[in-house]
Amino acid sequence: MEIRNLTTRFFTRKGVVRAVEGVDLAVRRGTITGLVGESGCGKSVTALSVMGLVPSPPGHITAGRIILEGENLLDKNPEQMAGVRGKDISMIFQEPMTSLNPVLPIGRQVAEPLRLHTRLGRRQIRRKVVEMLELVGIPEPEKRLWTFPHQLSGGLRQRVMIAMAMICEPKLLIADEPTTALDVTIQAQILDLMKDLMKRLETSIILITHDLGVVAEVCDDVYVMYAGKVVEQGSVFDIFDNSAHPYTLGLLRSIPRIDANWGKRKLHAIEGTVPNLSEMPAGCPFAPRCEKARSFCREKEPPMVRIDGRHFARCHVAGEGGSPDG
Amino acid sequence: MKRLLSVFHPRSAEASEKATSGGKVLSALGGETLIGDILRSFGRNRTALVGFCAVFILVVLAVAAPLVTPFDPYEMNLDDQFLEPSGKHWFGTDRFGRDLFTRVVYGARISLLVGLVPSFITVFLGGFLGIFSGYTGGRTDFWIMRLADVVMAFPSLLLALVIMYTLGASLFNIFIALSLVGWAGAARVVRSQVLSLKEMEFVEAARAIGVRDAVIMARHIFPNCLPALIVLFTLRIPEAIMFEASLSFLGVGAQPPTPSWGLLVSRGKEFLFSAPWVAILPGVAIFVTVLAFNFMGDGFRDAIDPYMKD
Repeated sequence: MEIRNLTTRFFTRKGVVRAVEGVDLAVRRGTITGLVGESGCGKSVTALSVMGLVPSPPGHITAGRIILEGENLLDKNPEQMAGVRGKDISMIFQEPMTSLNPVLPIGRQVAEPLRLHTRLGRRQIRRKVVEMLELVGIPEPEKRLWTFPHQLSGGLRQRVMIAMAMICEPKLLIADEPTTALDVTIQAQILDLMKDLMKRLETSIILITHDLGVVAEVCDDVYVMYAGKVVEQGSVFDIFDNSAHPYTLGLLRSIPRIDANWGKRKLHAIEGTVPNLSEMPAGCPFAPRCEKARSFCREKEPPMVRIDGRHFARCHVAGEGGSPDG
Repeated sequence: MKRLLSVFHPRSAEASEKATSGGKVLSALGGETLIGDILRSFGRNRTALVGFCAVFILVVLAVAAPLVTPFDPYEMNLDDQFLEPSGKHWFGTDRFGRDLFTRVVYGARISLLVGLVPSFITVFLGGFLGIFSGYTGGRTDFWIMRLADVVMAFPSLLLALVIMYTLGASLFNIFIALSLVGWAGAARVVRSQVLSLKEMEFVEAARAIGVRDAVIMARHIFPNCLPALIVLFTLRIPEAIMFEASLSFLGVGAQPPTPSWGLLVSRGKEFLFSAPWVAILPGVAIFVTVLAFNFMGDGFRDAIDPYMKD
């Protein structure tokens, strides 16, 4: 899957909100691509754009291409997109508590994509649902077909969500902060499960998160987003061991860590907040918060520069950074 | 209805059938399901149970009318005019010597029919428009709701009178009049629920697996509105019964010799001082029935409400 120059804007009465500005992103088959950034940096809107679920009005994709297996999804009409969702691309959400319908038994909900996208008969659907529930690690799947979401724990519900999203074996799964609402032990289980399913069903995953720990653990490639733009991209090693953009450095330094200086140092925080997306400053959007900003950073927008190989950063002073501990 | 209830739980259809045997049995059923909870809470409510029993008796009387009374509701017997209530004629007789108890019992059939059928149509229509309006939003929503405003701005009895005059007085037309008058309130309640439901993540999740809007409304939104619809339905029944009685009393509803309760009161009022029972006893029947349905409806609302709130 490839995204080129994706631009999504929201036309509100107060002005145009540039939620996503010219994002380029490529997901390699069978890998997990992380999309990282603060709240409001455009991660979720990017995901919704790919799904064709940007709330419209006021949202509108004004430019770009989203190419899945050679086809541009933005050329498809809503009816065709509905045929793509759940079959070729699926999505799971942050809140497993509310993303299942409370009045429908889970068996029916997991079966829904099959009913929509395949011509399987009742028995075959039932068999596949049971298989899928078993695959995502739900004990006694036969019996669980008739349970309701409120009878399950958060972790189990997220497993059900994954089963629902993966039952048609989509080529791409978008996971929007799938573990944020779960406690840490369950988080690890869910991440393992997603990795395992990815290998078995030959899916690619876009993992949206603000948890860098999760990224380091499971992602192959990472895209760091800031104010609607990709500011740094590269392999997980590029990003963590050799980060070039000051924003990425800031993020990495904001992770609490247990080491020799534990307790002596104050936790690092990036000063300020994300700029208002409808009133972007001139020049580099990160400049007002950047420790290394020079005068020209506030005037000229930085281009994407290659650091090495597949590692890119959108910064004038990239590479002058140093290590995350700096 | 059974199919609808089975949405909550596969066993619920069975459970609701056994609902007739009272609170304790109810609480043993259902387990930890939504329906089980609702029935348990309903069963603990004394007033609601009293209402339920009264309604149950009424239904039995209406269904088994020919077995309950030996008389014919239409057979006149001019020798027996205006007999006072007695062991033979429990409610006395009217001016044509017809047994009043028999007429009241057969009248229960009409009242129940008028209570159930238009209420169902009302709630169905209101539910459909409410879901469609709330989910679609925008201009469609605006116009459907303005139409509802117009309907609600009319005094409903007046509106029903106009409809009845236009269509002609008959029982069937009462169904139509009641349905046309009642949908607006139901549509509003349902719409407001849908407005919050459609923002919930499971709707987004449904879209994310490729469910189309029409199917989302039918398969995902509708079942979530069912509790509200059930409450609206039960509370609509007494209103409809009252309405039919009023229309018939005013002469634009059921026509003689149909033993409609409103008509019985209307015809009896001429003899209010010489033979008061002819007007009063059918009036009591209306009173008791409406009260019983209200008790039951309130009980349902209280039992279901906690689920409507969250």
